[in-house]
Amino acid sequence: MTVLVYAEHDNEVLKPETNKLVTAAKAVGDDVTVLVAGQQCEAVAQAAAKLSGINKVILANDAVYGHQLPENIADLVVSLASGYTHIFAAATTTGKNFMPRVAALLDVAQISDIIAVESADTFVRPIYAGNAIATVQSSDSVKVVTVRASAFDAVSDDGNAEIETIDNAIKSEKSRFLNAELTESERPELTAADVIISGGRGMQNGENFALLNGIADKLGAAIGASRAAVDAGFVPNDMQVGQTGKIVAPDLYIAVGISGAIQHLAGMKDSKVIVAINKDEEAPIFQVADYGLVGDLFEVLPQLESSL
Amino acid sequence: MKVLVPVKRAIDYNVKVRVKPDNSGVDLNNVKMAINPFCEIAVEEAIRLKEKGDATEVVVVSIGEKAVQEQIRTGLALGADRGIHIETEAGVSLDSLQVAKLLKKVVEAESPDLVILGKQSIDSDNNQTGQMLAALTGMPQGTFASELKIENGKAVVTREIDGGLQTVELDLPAVVTTDLRLNEPRYASLPNIMKAKRKPIDVQSAGDLGVDLSSKVKFIKVTPPPQRQGGIKVASVEELVDKLKNEAKVIS
Repeated sequence: MTVLVYAEHDNEVLKPETNKLVTAAKAVGDDVTVLVAGQQCEAVAQAAAKLSGINKVILANDAVYGHQLPENIADLVVSLASGYTHIFAAATTTGKNFMPRVAALLDVAQISDIIAVESADTFVRPIYAGNAIATVQSSDSVKVVTVRASAFDAVSDDGNAEIETIDNAIKSEKSRFLNAELTESERPELTAADVIISGGRGMQNGENFALLNGIADKLGAAIGASRAAVDAGFVPNDMQVGQTGKIVAPDLYIAVGISGAIQHLAGMKDSKVIVAINKDEEAPIFQVADYGLVGDLFEVLPQLESSL
Repeated sequence: MKVLVPVKRAIDYNVKVRVKPDNSGVDLNNVKMAINPFCEIAVEEAIRLKEKGDATEVVVVSIGEKAVQEQIRTGLALGADRGIHIETEAGVSLDSLQVAKLLKKVVEAESPDLVILGKQSIDSDNNQTGQMLAALTGMPQGTFASELKIENGKAVVTREIDGGLQTVELDLPAVVTTDLRLNEPRYASLPNIMKAKRKPIDVQSAGDLGVDLSSKVKFIKVTPPPQRQGGIKVASVEELVDKLKNEAKVIS
């Protein structure tokens, strides 16, 4: 089995999802190649070369790949596809964007968002917002798969693979990058954080999210939000945890003022320990919480911060 | 400008699904079905384009058994002009690739300038069809859209990405998939529901479109997710911190 893994990065830093993708890839076969496509991303390729147990890194370093436009990336991946039995990418917004394009161009199905590898052709993935777990088997010649990184452990950084630079810029003329507005944050990324504290509609407004800052600082936590908090304009949408936002599985997830709708639970119910702080003791979040505290978050949060 | 909006009939988002005891799938008997929420947003966006004068015609298409005509009627009641039903035989379930191939046939017949789909259906959670349709038709794609504007004959799409927002410009024809924040869908009024009954739905057989409908992906089994252990309620912040430190050992 030969696996092509698409590296997740921002042209500067190799994202931790990639280490986890390699773990998933190695569950399929030993011959794992990592593709780094981007602009001025040599440092990313060097970081990828250290991923434990991979065969080699392919570096496609060109301005056309700088913004990961799917038209260009999909054509690049398809041009490299022959010789691989599997193509893996993270189920991030980047992977979700270009991978189905790859699959369609190769005339194969895609298996989305796998949480386990049973064998080289059989994978496990959640459906219905995580309320059912499907085991699916693909008889396609190439398995095009996106991986839920939070379901896999990371490989270590003790490898030393060779880097092969390729020179094939493929540019679609039909789409152009205009701009990006990225949320600046000193905190760990949501999908990589060991601890997450999230606020919901119960936070009442955006200013009150500052109540989570002190706790997040003390715990080294990322701050998330429910859809209700995002829709109400309290916080930006890239903080959203849930079926339509980010899927996380930290060691500790603290849900504050979040009722626990199906769509939110889909994004966090695989966390190791869940804490719920809510004044409504009937809130569904308490059914999945390991530790529940019924109380007014405006009293509980300052107490929690000072007791950490 | 003609806008094509594929919609899917899916389980109502509030329903708590049950896995069948024989692990063959999810029990959909007597379960409330509805238009997939992301598809509803796609219809709404198309209607808004029409109200702004950008679009001249909105065509809603759905693939499936006869029952999907309910969801096409919903689209018509919201303001779409006409419907297309690609009818499959009862019990046939298609994966995203076959759906995209059938939609490609519709695109070839209708030549829309824009195709707006939901970013994912809340049953299969695949998030594939729009991207696959774009690939098969050679169109550019603007996925996970939270804003869509037509400017100078191009689609300007603001996309929700992991780090924030990204804006791209796409030549038309293009494929756009909707994120939840694109808009707030309207409710269909009773007069519009009545009017929708007189709007035409063109029914075509999926089998006649020359698409191989066999899937290479087989569901081996469907199981309920592991249940979390029932937790405990703590009485105070002190007790909570103590438990997290000494029992769960997740903070130090």
